[in-house]
Amino acid sequence: MADVSLRKVVKRYDDVEAVRGIDLEIADHEFIVLVGPSGCGKSTTLRMIAGLEDISDGDILIGGDVVNDVPPKDRDIAMVFQNYALYPHMTVAENMSFGLRLKHYPKAEIKERVTEAARLLDITDLIDRKPKQLSGGQRQRVAMGRAIVRNPKVFLFDEPLSNLDAKLRVQMRIEIKKVHQKVRTTTVYVTHDQVEAMTLADRVVVMNKGCIEQIGTPNELYHKPATRFVAGFIGSPAMNFVPCRLEDVGGSLQIRLTDRIAFTLPPARAARYNALPRTDKLLLGIRPEHLTESHAHLEPGVETFDTVLDVTEPMGMETLVYFGLNGTPICGRVNPNAGAKDGSPMRLAMDLNNMHLLNEATGVVL
Amino acid sequence: MADVVVEHGRVAGATGARKRTSLHNALKRKSTVAFFLTLPLILLIALLVLYPALFSIHLATLNKSMQKFVGFGNFTFLFKRETFWMVVKQSCIFAITAVIFKALIGFIVAHFVHNIPAKGQRKWRGMLLVPWVIPPAMSTLAWLWLFDPSYSAFNYTLSLFGIGPVNWLGDAAWARFSIILVNVWYGAPFFMIMYLAALKSVPDQLYEAAAIDGANWWQRIWYVTLPMMRNIIAITTLFSLIVTFANFDIVRILTSGGPLDQTQIFATYAFRVGIESSDIPLGASVSLFMVPILAVAAIFILRDVNKRGNEA
Repeated sequence: MADVSLRKVVKRYDDVEAVRGIDLEIADHEFIVLVGPSGCGKSTTLRMIAGLEDISDGDILIGGDVVNDVPPKDRDIAMVFQNYALYPHMTVAENMSFGLRLKHYPKAEIKERVTEAARLLDITDLIDRKPKQLSGGQRQRVAMGRAIVRNPKVFLFDEPLSNLDAKLRVQMRIEIKKVHQKVRTTTVYVTHDQVEAMTLADRVVVMNKGCIEQIGTPNELYHKPATRFVAGFIGSPAMNFVPCRLEDVGGSLQIRLTDRIAFTLPPARAARYNALPRTDKLLLGIRPEHLTESHAHLEPGVETFDTVLDVTEPMGMETLVYFGLNGTPICGRVNPNAGAKDGSPMRLAMDLNNMHLLNEATGVVL
Repeated sequence: MADVVVEHGRVAGATGARKRTSLHNALKRKSTVAFFLTLPLILLIALLVLYPALFSIHLATLNKSMQKFVGFGNFTFLFKRETFWMVVKQSCIFAITAVIFKALIGFIVAHFVHNIPAKGQRKWRGMLLVPWVIPPAMSTLAWLWLFDPSYSAFNYTLSLFGIGPVNWLGDAAWARFSIILVNVWYGAPFFMIMYLAALKSVPDQLYEAAAIDGANWWQRIWYVTLPMMRNIIAITTLFSLIVTFANFDIVRILTSGGPLDQTQIFATYAFRVGIESSDIPLGASVSLFMVPILAVAAIFILRDVNKRGNEA
């Protein structure tokens, strides 16, 4: 097991820069998830760590050694691919032991490791089957088994759950987490699914357009996003962004959303935003769970307003309500018994204690 | 489409079924319709394949004047002749050697072409296919000139190094080498294109997985490429074996089986005894002798293909 460092790593394809000088320190035993939309450079980064792509500039270190020119087979890594990449002509056991056989491990040790990995992944009964005879989830377990038996320094996962159905994905997510808790191997995991990122990672790396937007624990990313991109990418349904401006009214700081709607900021927020120029174009960032039905007893910093709902989506444990604020579509989360109906008026409460204020031009969270 | 029509007809005709004759009922059956639909092809195959095959078996049982039934007489006659066994040996050497080299060269060239960037690949594919698309009778004539002992390009080039002249087609060993060389030149592009198609169907991620598992270039070929191409290799080899065993034009043009029948193979020998020596039943017997050899090869190769068919 080892730590992994990326130092000013760049990947260029002709004139296109897919990865733009990223720096990343991954500690030993850590589970890091690279997340971002398609084309953000996350898979390219993973493939560069694996040695499947050359790096155009910068350094990649595994266990303190620069591996820029080291071929994949000598990096002591294991990778799980999106479409499993199992050898169709080999049995499960042969697939899992392939790497060990190439390295001429003793037969007894190979058998022991394969048996142990199969037990860990609950695929002991499938050991003599060919990949064709397995379901998607079983194939993914075998692919993981192939990685585990090698006992590598680093595990690399390239969107391993993308080909599975929603239910199996949740199941396998838990399996992956359990396996990591047992083997504690440094893991780099690529996904475009922010739920996977949040649930699996010790730290999440959010990537966009070849750059790292933010690195942090799932909670940090959720509650303290650094940029509009991160704020909008993490969380489902996504954070709402409403154009707004700051106003001084009677000695207190207000945030004005529309001609009719303006709220006095709670003292903590007012102190934080007081120094901002009043002329700046700003965005109010508010998550749907902080836009709920109004109660009789509201906490300080929770402000109410009336609106007409466009659409409602009953989800069972909650109802998502959609409405417009000055033409901006907004989503809120209300209690299913709050009486929200399509086209009906409703009084909603906005929890300003959990608001974010962003600079509209730069997208930076203030 | 046909199924729907038949189903519809069956439902519609259900009420009046009792009134109809059994012939009508038979015509309504799906299997009957299917049989009639495939009948033209069955007749075509019977006419072009079955009839000549059966007729040659019939011919092989007649005497030279084709007047008398002699049973296996022609075969027992052939089995006693040394020339025939030489033809069997030469045919096997010719076909097996040529197929091995065609497969080997085809595999290597396919790999090179596969690794050429997509932009220039089409051009190379086209150029490398040229030997296969030129009618062999024509291209073999060009080879005949190249092999000429007195003024050929080969011997001239060799003479620059103080070698030769080599009697390419006059010396038995060189003549065998030459016909195999031309056959390989003609047939390798077919292997190349088949293997190239097979190579393109191997997912890149298998190679990447193998590279991460620690496989070097050779191990990736051995453990990934070859197993993934097994079916294509088997079928291409069988097909080529059949065609090469039955080859006629290259040997006929280059050596006519000479010198002293030392390059004679089944097809040219059948032509020699059947047409040139006017013993058609004996010629048919020579041709038929190929059948059991190829049948055994086909059974072995195709049985293996069926076994593997379940893996992918």
